[in-house]
Amino acid sequence: MAEKIPTADITDQLPEEIGEIDLYQKREKIYTRKIEGFFQRVRTYTGWPLLMGYFLMPWIDWGGQQSILFDLPARKFHILGLTLWPQDFPFLAWILIICAFSLFLVTKLFGRVWCGYTCPQTVWTSMFMWVEQRTEGTRNQRIKLDKGPWTREKVIKKTLKHGMWLGLAIWTGFTFVAYFTPARQLLSDFFNFSVNPWAFSWVAIFTMMTYLNAGWLREQVCMFMCPYARFQSVMFDSNTLIVSYDTQRGEPRGSRKKNIDPKAQGLGDCVDCELCVQVCPTGIDIRKGLQIECIGCALCVDACNAIMDKMGYPRGLIDYTTENRLRHSSDQKNLFLRLDVLGYAFAISIMVGLFIHGLLTRVPLELDIIRDRGALYERVDNDFIENSYTARIVNMSDDAHTFILSLDTNASGQIIGENTIFISPGDLAELPFRIRMAPDANPSPVLAITVNIRAQQHPQLNTSTETRFLRPTDSEYER
Amino acid sequence: MSTFWSAWIIVLTIIFLVAVSWLLFANRKTSVNAENEAKTGHVYDGIEEYDNPLPAWWLNLFLLTLIFTIGYLILYPGLGNFKGLLGWTSEGRYEQEIKAAEEKYQHIFKAYAEVNIEALAKDAKAMKIGQRLFANSCATCHGSDARGNVGYPNLTDNDWLYGGQPEQILVSITHGRSAVMPAWASVLGSEGLGGMTNYVRSLADGEVDKNSDSAKTYTNMCAACHGLDGKGNIALGAPNLTDDIWLYGGSEAEIMQSLANGRNGKMPAQETILSKEKIHILAAYVFSLSME
Repeated sequence: MAEKIPTADITDQLPEEIGEIDLYQKREKIYTRKIEGFFQRVRTYTGWPLLMGYFLMPWIDWGGQQSILFDLPARKFHILGLTLWPQDFPFLAWILIICAFSLFLVTKLFGRVWCGYTCPQTVWTSMFMWVEQRTEGTRNQRIKLDKGPWTREKVIKKTLKHGMWLGLAIWTGFTFVAYFTPARQLLSDFFNFSVNPWAFSWVAIFTMMTYLNAGWLREQVCMFMCPYARFQSVMFDSNTLIVSYDTQRGEPRGSRKKNIDPKAQGLGDCVDCELCVQVCPTGIDIRKGLQIECIGCALCVDACNAIMDKMGYPRGLIDYTTENRLRHSSDQKNLFLRLDVLGYAFAISIMVGLFIHGLLTRVPLELDIIRDRGALYERVDNDFIENSYTARIVNMSDDAHTFILSLDTNASGQIIGENTIFISPGDLAELPFRIRMAPDANPSPVLAITVNIRAQQHPQLNTSTETRFLRPTDSEYER
Repeated sequence: MSTFWSAWIIVLTIIFLVAVSWLLFANRKTSVNAENEAKTGHVYDGIEEYDNPLPAWWLNLFLLTLIFTIGYLILYPGLGNFKGLLGWTSEGRYEQEIKAAEEKYQHIFKAYAEVNIEALAKDAKAMKIGQRLFANSCATCHGSDARGNVGYPNLTDNDWLYGGQPEQILVSITHGRSAVMPAWASVLGSEGLGGMTNYVRSLADGEVDKNSDSAKTYTNMCAACHGLDGKGNIALGAPNLTDDIWLYGGSEAEIMQSLANGRNGKMPAQETILSKEKIHILAAYVFSLSME
């Protein structure tokens, strides 16, 4: 190896070994405390529309079609009245690129708000936690229940919880598959026990995944599986809004009576109630500073503000703030008027503009010209030369059309054989034809030739493609 | 695979699996210092790397993949020449899928096979299938548009070597055709060859000199197949010489070539390649080409 990983000698940092630890750590279960507050309400308002959208979309029709249907066997994506074909795949790529850039921009500005408010992992985990709260009670009741023996009550509560989780998971899995196969058909098939085994397996897989991810794995997904959680820190800078604890104001922490002056006792504003730790869905202590586990959900902000109100202290001991503001640094800039933020915004607007332009000018017609492979050329009467082709025409529009195949008006050749074809919407047709040229029309042995196609009634529905016309060389003519 | 390479792969695979398992277990403990923070000692740009524990479920997932591997290697081919207990092969899988596809589509072809060819030729859906069958099996010689080429007859005109009735087309496709035009160079001699070339061309022009030497030679040698009037014989596939349609080209040089060296026409039999039902549709498609 040319380069070794640089190492530092840490032997003197290890004064005494106090034993061995297991490198495969048993997970400690996190019991989150329910909290109400501003950011918790914001999450409710962002979560509900997204959830409703996800669950209802397959049931809403648009132009006589399921509004969103990814019809994989037919290779057609129906999205809000628009039918996309595999040929339109670049559109999907651009959507994903635009989404990625938007995520970068949002992260640059507000930290991991995607994780904390809109990520399905968070939204579904919140739903499952709500169920947990309803069936097993508050944080303390749940801890007590888990430690206690398997009583009748415990069995009932646990059964109820897992039953409801599974119900939610099945509905989620079913809805997911309903984006790929017509929802109403799928539902009636399920009730008739006649569902296609593939659809059934996918519903089962997504049910299991939802149940495990939102019920059991939860923060483990964010900590050990999600790549976004790992590279988000690259997008942070000192002007990014992150959930932070104001150490200067809070420390030294300590409990105190409500009416005393903390300064006289030598105490900061943190009453060390541990509420911020108890409400955290990833189980971290925000007072230790920015950590990789933090999903920016701001539940600790809600918890701390509630305590601050009770104590009569100003809010915002834990808050969305930037590193520069925390340090009271003069480097603090306007959140939005920053070069990198404007750069991201500029790039996104250009991409969105081009995307919309591409979508609006998309021609739902495709023409491929395939040369016959059996012969380079055919010689016919009077030494005229013919080449054989097959036109493969895909009518991607929503109406049936009669299409006309033609050559450029200034081209020297002419089309022999049928040059019109009727194609129903969404169908592919093949039209064999020949191009004939006079022996002296074109001296070049290989000629690029443009073939056009247009709909008879709608000339604006047209496209063209280039192919080649071959003729014998002059020496071959002599023979 | 030879026995050596088979054994080589088996041994390597097993050593690798054992080594991976050993690695997983040998590294399950680490020593810690007073701050309860183990570090690897790796440092870059002042950033040190912690030796933090992996979650235990992660290890369990890894164990599951190891168990899966063992199961897979027992059931499926993977360990050298060992075929696996399930006897899975890619070829078998291919045949299975072909069979499934045939079962899925056979009812379509069965239904079409019961329609007679003339009626089927007017069925747009069947003709779309026919066009694709033609593109796959016939277009290489006859061209995508079936207009043929030198040596391969045009199927869109009304000139048929072996007859253009539906049954005749069906026979041509099913069993193929084989036509032989003998070489006459040694019999005719170079002078006779030139005369005969002119005579054959005159048959198409309609200005036949019936008293020429060539006319007599034609009656003796050619009429048996091509007929006294030169109109050919569909029982033998002998072309009609009077219609100015030339399978091997109509120029003087090309006709002389045909006379001197003979020609061999071969239409391959499709019955070994395509099912009876598909040939039925193909025959209807070919019939439809000249129907107009």
